[in-house]
Amino acid sequence: MIVELGHFALILAFAVALAQAVIPMLGAHKGWRDWMVVANPLASLQFALVAFSYAALTYAFLVSDFSVKLVVDNSHTLKPLIYKISGVWGNHEGSMLLWVLTLTLFGACAAWFGGNLPASLQARVLAVQSAITAAFMAFTIFTSNPFTRLAFPPFDGTDLNPLLQDPGLAFHPPFLYLGYVGLSMSFSFAVAALIEGRVDAAWGRWVRPWTLAAWVFLTIGIATGSWWAYYELGWGGFWFWDPVENASLMPWLFAAALLHSAIVVEKRETLKSWTILLAILGFGFSLMGTFIVRSGLLTSVHAFAMDPERGVFILMILAAFMGGALTLFAFRAPILEAKGVFATISRESALVVNNVLLSVSSFVIFIGTMWPLVAEMLFDRVLTVGPPFFNTAWTPFMVALAMVLPIGSMLPWKRANLSRAMQPLWGLAVFSVAMGAVTWALQTGHSPMVPIGIALGLWVVLGASADLWMRTGRGALGNRLRRLARLPRADWGKASAHAGVGISVFAVAALLGWETEDIRVVQIGGTYYYGGYDLTLASVDRVQGPNYTSTMATIEAHREGRHITTLFPEKRFYPIAGMPTTQAAIDRSITRDLYITLGDPQDSGGWAVRTYIKPFANWLWFGCFMMALGGVLSLSDRRYRIAAGAARKSGPNSAVPAE
Amino acid sequence: MTRLRILLVAALLAWPLPALSVQPDEILDDPVLESRARNLSAGLRCLVCRNESIDESNADLARDMRLLVRERLVEGDSDAEVLTFITDRYGEYVLLRPTTEGVNIILWVAAPALFGITLISSLIYLRRRDRAPDPTGDGLTPEERKRLEDLLKE
Repeated sequence: MIVELGHFALILAFAVALAQAVIPMLGAHKGWRDWMVVANPLASLQFALVAFSYAALTYAFLVSDFSVKLVVDNSHTLKPLIYKISGVWGNHEGSMLLWVLTLTLFGACAAWFGGNLPASLQARVLAVQSAITAAFMAFTIFTSNPFTRLAFPPFDGTDLNPLLQDPGLAFHPPFLYLGYVGLSMSFSFAVAALIEGRVDAAWGRWVRPWTLAAWVFLTIGIATGSWWAYYELGWGGFWFWDPVENASLMPWLFAAALLHSAIVVEKRETLKSWTILLAILGFGFSLMGTFIVRSGLLTSVHAFAMDPERGVFILMILAAFMGGALTLFAFRAPILEAKGVFATISRESALVVNNVLLSVSSFVIFIGTMWPLVAEMLFDRVLTVGPPFFNTAWTPFMVALAMVLPIGSMLPWKRANLSRAMQPLWGLAVFSVAMGAVTWALQTGHSPMVPIGIALGLWVVLGASADLWMRTGRGALGNRLRRLARLPRADWGKASAHAGVGISVFAVAALLGWETEDIRVVQIGGTYYYGGYDLTLASVDRVQGPNYTSTMATIEAHREGRHITTLFPEKRFYPIAGMPTTQAAIDRSITRDLYITLGDPQDSGGWAVRTYIKPFANWLWFGCFMMALGGVLSLSDRRYRIAAGAARKSGPNSAVPAE
Repeated sequence: MTRLRILLVAALLAWPLPALSVQPDEILDDPVLESRARNLSAGLRCLVCRNESIDESNADLARDMRLLVRERLVEGDSDAEVLTFITDRYGEYVLLRPTTEGVNIILWVAAPALFGITLISSLIYLRRRDRAPDPTGDGLTPEERKRLEDLLKE
């Protein structure tokens, strides 16, 4: 019964979404206020209905209702509670419902917190958002209905894919969806502004928090996914250039570009049409990502819905929204005249460079991801575009970005003097390069990767600190420290996010350049020496888990006679899903991860064991954390809270179309 | 397209089989040859896996290919000869680094070309912005200026 109610609520929400897509839009066009304001209750209603529907599905998972097909396919009575909850979104149909839930949540937030928006803009934003939601609801209801019942329910389910039964992966998809869908808000704002024919500083200020939030969620989502891959896939890779990973990186890069160019709109009222275009493309790429994941057109580790029919449906959604938005853009962009004038050397120009690097690097990933498809369809060549291509073609953009970042973030608005802006930076640049050179001289081997990584990482981190320090002005040290503590959170956010970029650059270089690995057969009781550690394979035991059996090794690690840690690498087998997984054992520390995986028993006796020393691995996650933290700090800046009053003053009067 | 579909089905069946990818018994005694073998196999795609190199994959076929690579190296082949040997048998699909032959040149040139185009067009735009006169002098619309005057009078 509850499942049927959930199903019904979803269909009802679809009807509400259709109404909300049409009525406020018409109202805004005709200037009927009552038609416009109806969008707000409708948005809340939509969210409530979908939330109920989602809760009903979760309930079916919790009580293991095996008359629901989705529960049979993805759950089992023995599965731990947390994976019963995460199992709701660990499959195609359920994840689409979560996607729809997030869409309505963002729509409702725009209704709840958008009171300071001009009425017609808010109505149009909510209408566009609702049109997107309606499209995805139709997709869910007609092609991937999570509420389908079975006529003959089995006694038990077939269990969730064991790889997904992991805390890292349980929370990876919701964050990713919050990010993807968050970009739909920027898209709705862009389309509404195009219809409205007006983009001003206030628009920049409204659209930026949404983009920032989407970007923070995407950062967390991508980082948890990468963290999961690092310990779960058994050899410590953190990025595979898999089509689905690329699908999340492309919108992330666009969101990063967008949140920077929205600053220019907000502060200087220029780069308007470019910012609008970025907002459209950012969401376009997150739809593209959905298409890649759900259509199964590209072979990928993640694809879980290999269904051409669904692929075509999403392609139609993509074509309709992108085609519509870009056509509108082509007609309306010329009327978005820029106001602020700026010199070639200025903060504005630096942000243009940032945008060029980020968006072109995103396009490079796009071309690389789609090329196998194009080559096969048009040129009849079956080929692969793998990590070597992306490493070669994409990395230069990130190196260039890291090089210009500290300079660009120090330049003043409007007109800058390059040599004056560089004054506090020269010392830092020389120091960073010197540290890189010292590393190069001291390290064994000739790979320049880590030295370059160290130089760039230091340069970006020191540059971000210098930027923050310069904001405190002149005067005595004590005064400046006091001012430092009172700087706006946006300044701290900027410094934190930029420093996070530097830390990540360094960590990736160190991890790829300095990682070492050892593969050998170890007898039980045997000891081997690797990377400064004496490692003893004490025992290998069979352990029974809640829904799996495990072969678990016990490895004692000593360093110079001192006991460091005991590691338990495992090989698990999930009998219901019929799938084995590896659980690496990792001893984490600031300077290195000791990473051990257990292999097969050997015919000659003993076990195959793989040992890695992964230098500075934790710095990578820390760098991502700093980036996300930067976003959160910036989001909590006072400016966004006091902006409400400022905007209301210029509200209804200024909302007249510009034509 | 049929070929791709066969590969897709194969991929569904064969993934994942976690265990160790490179087994201890595969490792060559000569460390130089071994590191060349590892480098080569990191650049070759496992045919039955979803987007994994044979160096990372645990599939049997990947193991066969790793052994084949090592066999060729022990026989004295150069890296290029090994790659030719493998692509002659398994096709271009196994190369994770796409070649620069034929239409693939588009793929490789796309990044620098796109960057060049956007950089030049944005430079032109920036130069034009630099020379453009400030549309109103103080960046205010007539209504805003009027409101400012009203406010100043109060």
